[in-house]
Amino acid sequence: MMDSPRTPDLTLSPALSRHTRPRRPSALSCSLTFFWRVMLKIKHIPEQMFDVVAYPVMFLVLFTYIFGGAIAGSTTEYLQFILPGILAINVIFITIYTGLGILNDIKKGVFDRFRSLPIWQPSFLVGALLGDTVRYAVASILVILLGLAMGFRPDGGTLGVVWATLLLLAFSFCLSWAWISLGLVMRTPESLMAMSMVILFPLSFLTNVLVPVETMPGWLQALVNVNPITHLVAAMRELMFAEPLSASIGWVALSCALLLLVFGPLSVRLYRRKR
Amino acid sequence: MATSSSLAIEAHGLVKLFGSVRAVDGIDLAVPPGGVYGFLGPNGAGKTTTIRMLATLLPPDAGTAKVFGQCVVREAKAVRSRVSLTGQFASVDEDLTGIENLVLLARLLGHSWSQARARGMELLEAFGLSEAAARQVKTYSGGMRRRLDIAASIVVTPDLIFLDEPTSGLDPHSRNEVWGIVRALVAQGTTVLLTTQHLEEADHLADRIGIIDRGKIIAEGTAGELKTLSGSGSLHVRLRDPGCRVEAMALLGRHLGVPVTPESDPAGLSTRLDDTERASAALDVLAAAGIQVVSFSFGLPSLDEVFLSLTGNQAEGGANSGGAT
Repeated sequence: MMDSPRTPDLTLSPALSRHTRPRRPSALSCSLTFFWRVMLKIKHIPEQMFDVVAYPVMFLVLFTYIFGGAIAGSTTEYLQFILPGILAINVIFITIYTGLGILNDIKKGVFDRFRSLPIWQPSFLVGALLGDTVRYAVASILVILLGLAMGFRPDGGTLGVVWATLLLLAFSFCLSWAWISLGLVMRTPESLMAMSMVILFPLSFLTNVLVPVETMPGWLQALVNVNPITHLVAAMRELMFAEPLSASIGWVALSCALLLLVFGPLSVRLYRRKR
Repeated sequence: MATSSSLAIEAHGLVKLFGSVRAVDGIDLAVPPGGVYGFLGPNGAGKTTTIRMLATLLPPDAGTAKVFGQCVVREAKAVRSRVSLTGQFASVDEDLTGIENLVLLARLLGHSWSQARARGMELLEAFGLSEAAARQVKTYSGGMRRRLDIAASIVVTPDLIFLDEPTSGLDPHSRNEVWGIVRALVAQGTTVLLTTQHLEEADHLADRIGIIDRGKIIAEGTAGELKTLSGSGSLHVRLRDPGCRVEAMALLGRHLGVPVTPESDPAGLSTRLDDTERASAALDVLAAAGIQVVSFSFGLPSLDEVFLSLTGNQAEGGANSGGAT
């Protein structure tokens, strides 16, 4: 037991002798490397895409066929109305998993190693978010393809749908920063999940997603019209059906900027302080 | 004594509180570059917390710490570019493969994709992990995981590496491999700060050892100096026939002139001795009396014994170690 080799292992030495340190990578390069890590995780654990696949199918099929006949008289008619909104709340519901993912990730030992590297630390968060944006995109494509199969026929054509989706992805990217902040404050995944749901449920349903705003009582209309998701869905409908753009797209841009300006720096601050 | 600017680690009055618990309670350190510095202590002594502060992961509540002359709080980024950390629990990503882990770190340290891959393969080769390169780390054995962990810490050879209990939970073979890696690192000029619960490990690897208990360094020096501090070595004898123990104890006590104590093992007895000559004389005495010995060891006192003599307290849970073998 005492006679382990006193001399260094010869095969190791060449691998250890590299003392040259490459130039420090840029913030963008680090963010992209962390993005690559998220992609690798999807490759190794494809089950984690379950929510991305399951929610869209569930939401779209259930809402279209349950409410379609009652609300719009025909399910095909209703599908034209509901698809942009269902697409939006689908992806928005998936955004809460961003906070969850980060909360789980930073509990692991590898997080300490990332923290001890001489890199722009928030690149870890940016990379995670870029990875999640891919998940949002997958969910979006799924909803749209399923919608097309069910009879969704947007007048705005491919381009309109693409623009609407990009707008949604941009909004979701900005909104995710709020969940990251929350994820860094909450102690357990369960409490984070509960908290996110409490915020997200009213935010998703106090909107124009399921029914036109005009059918609601006045006091509720006032509430619904200040909800950024209402404006997001309105703008997406305008883009998808080639209608003239209203002020909604401006409100979406403003909400995005606000979310990013408030929760971006807040997340970075909370992240730097973590443990 | 080395001047402050030439020290690898210099700390004064380092304190970390967790609530009302003083996890680290005023630690001073002066570690010269090159060689291995060992932190020896039981669980919860403050070893990991100290390392985390030195590796810029945890801000100290009081005191200052410098790594190669740079403050771990104000110049954290500069410190991070010279140190590397291998945590107590695998600091590699279990979901990724071995090569993916190394490429990830090489990219974050500024290598191009092709350089990162080449460096990753080179390290896997050197650490005997080539065949497991494309396997997820969660399928690795404890020893493989630890080797990958250390490989990940030297993607760019650091000037100072922190190894937090690098051999805990490893079998003797894997542990010897890790010891070999540590020696190779030192031979290349890297300073190593490692923590361990085992006196034997500290004795094998460390040039200087700091014994930590309850957030304080209670003794510091070379392994030899610490052994003197803690008194003498331990002689353990196990007899073939437990019935001979009383006779053997009397014989040894008379010949060696030191108190001999029975062990919990009915055939075992032990005593404290300063030198090997007297230890071998003890064997002769027993052989001459026709008392058969099954095993006989003379060596370092266990961590328990070191603690006993240094603190006068029984070391807390988890501090028992395989000292003499």
